[in-house]
Amino acid sequence: MSKYNRNYIVDKTFQWFAIFCTAFGVLSLLLFLGNICFDGIGRINWQFMTSLPSRLPEKAGIISAFVGTLWILVLTAIIAVPVGVGAGIYLEEYAGKSRLFDFFEINITNLAGVPSIIYGLLGLEVFARLMNMGGSILAGACTLSLLILPVIIVATRESLKAVPKSLREASFALGATKWQTIRMQLLPAASGGIVTGIILSLARAIGETAPLIVVGALAYVPFVPTSPTDEFTVMPIQIFNWISRPQKGFAIDAAAAIIILLLITFVMNGIALYYRNKWQKKVKW
Amino acid sequence: MRKREKIIKVLLLACGVVSVLTTFGIIWILLSEASVFFKTVSIKEFLTSDQWTPLFADKHFGILPLLAGTVLTSGIAILVALPFGLTIAIYLNEYAPKQLRKVVKPMLEILAAVPTVVYGYFALTFVTPLMQTVLPSLSGFNALSPGIVMGIMIIPLISSLSEDALYAVPKSLREASYGMGATRFQTAFRVLVPAALSGITVSVLLAISRAMGETMIVAIAAGQQPRLTFDPTVPIETITTYIVQVSMGDVERGTIEYQTIFAAGLALFGLTFLLNNISFWIKKKFTRKYE
Repeated sequence: MSKYNRNYIVDKTFQWFAIFCTAFGVLSLLLFLGNICFDGIGRINWQFMTSLPSRLPEKAGIISAFVGTLWILVLTAIIAVPVGVGAGIYLEEYAGKSRLFDFFEINITNLAGVPSIIYGLLGLEVFARLMNMGGSILAGACTLSLLILPVIIVATRESLKAVPKSLREASFALGATKWQTIRMQLLPAASGGIVTGIILSLARAIGETAPLIVVGALAYVPFVPTSPTDEFTVMPIQIFNWISRPQKGFAIDAAAAIIILLLITFVMNGIALYYRNKWQKKVKW
Repeated sequence: MRKREKIIKVLLLACGVVSVLTTFGIIWILLSEASVFFKTVSIKEFLTSDQWTPLFADKHFGILPLLAGTVLTSGIAILVALPFGLTIAIYLNEYAPKQLRKVVKPMLEILAAVPTVVYGYFALTFVTPLMQTVLPSLSGFNALSPGIVMGIMIIPLISSLSEDALYAVPKSLREASYGMGATRFQTAFRVLVPAALSGITVSVLLAISRAMGETMIVAIAAGQQPRLTFDPTVPIETITTYIVQVSMGDVERGTIEYQTIFAAGLALFGLTFLLNNISFWIKKKFTRKYE
């Protein structure tokens, strides 16, 4: 066998191995979505959607966890979006190249790599204890806001960076102040990327379990929370609670709740991607 | 008008300061609670004792069993994610038709968007029973299946970061290699991978750090029994699982049990902080600049 032939065979073999690896990644995703749908789809009905948790798996439902997740989603958005976008604008438009700027930058990269459970410890000590919020929805939302802040800051900065200089200069030339330029020119032009980043980060927030457990969210909540100071649970914690129980019925409840959680996550991801594509097509500099 | 501009600037700066305060807050609470902990327990016992039993009557405070659990599960995850992730990166970069790339990349990204509690369910109810048919001695809670599932979860992290690194290798290098008659395989492994090595290393370090901080998969499927072992078939406990375990129960503030989660958290934070910063350093220092 000539050397050329052997190299050719190695090349082809690797190609097949690589196709196998890629298929493994994609197939395990499908397998695992299929497995969960198979387990849980039969359990999803009106009773399941509107019932409180129960000691009997057939009577249990996700209404308290579902409402808890909605509360967390809305409050986290209210807290994290202005702060994150504001910080992004400051770093990109005001800070300039300085020592302080470098420090900010290193700090944000580092925060993005901190395990989410550590944010839980921060929330437990600062929001739940020091600020006396206890295991409330507000304490949970504050904690998750800090968790997703780096993502929103980075998305804001990247989008502002992509706005061409000419737009800025044109605005200044017409006599606009810095803030007018940002508010009326840069933010609208960068909105697609910023909104995409915000939705993706919120999708991540509602999938988080560990930080909320640490802050003090409950595993068993037999009521629907009605204000930000109420104690609460969220869908991932409810799922964790059901998985941890020995009865087979609760595993089915868990699978059903997972389907609903995944639906919410995928819809949010889908909206984000749709928004990004639409925006990329519309805006051509 | 001037005044308003200034106020806005200060407000925006305040937003930026929140992120700095977060970092200081994390370091401060970990150090302050852990320092109280280390008044009762010597650092020597924490680092060398081979038992972790703060919730029992006979208390021992050795972090090693938890650390072993964390290292074991992350190690298994990397053993799965590195070969798959790197091969996928090379395949998408050098072999795959553009059309396929457009389909596969978003699908892999979905893997990263799935909440981790869902992976835990998958590990416990699907992978463990499946493994038990091959390995009958595998217990219901073990390090193996959460490790594997965690590996699948971080495949997209390694593949997309490595792909970026491979993509950044200049075309001229690639073309020179093909011009010499090299195959795609030779070009990939003898030219592109060495040229992109720093980027690939960064992706692996970040993946390890991510795996160490991962909580729900191991909390659900690996068990809650801290033990100093590298046997992947028996129940173990990771640092993150321990924090969750204590948080699920009723532990009073000020007790030694309460302080242990901060000491454990400090160990975890230290590890991931170190890994993250080594990878930033590598990225800065070794990223080759091609003219």
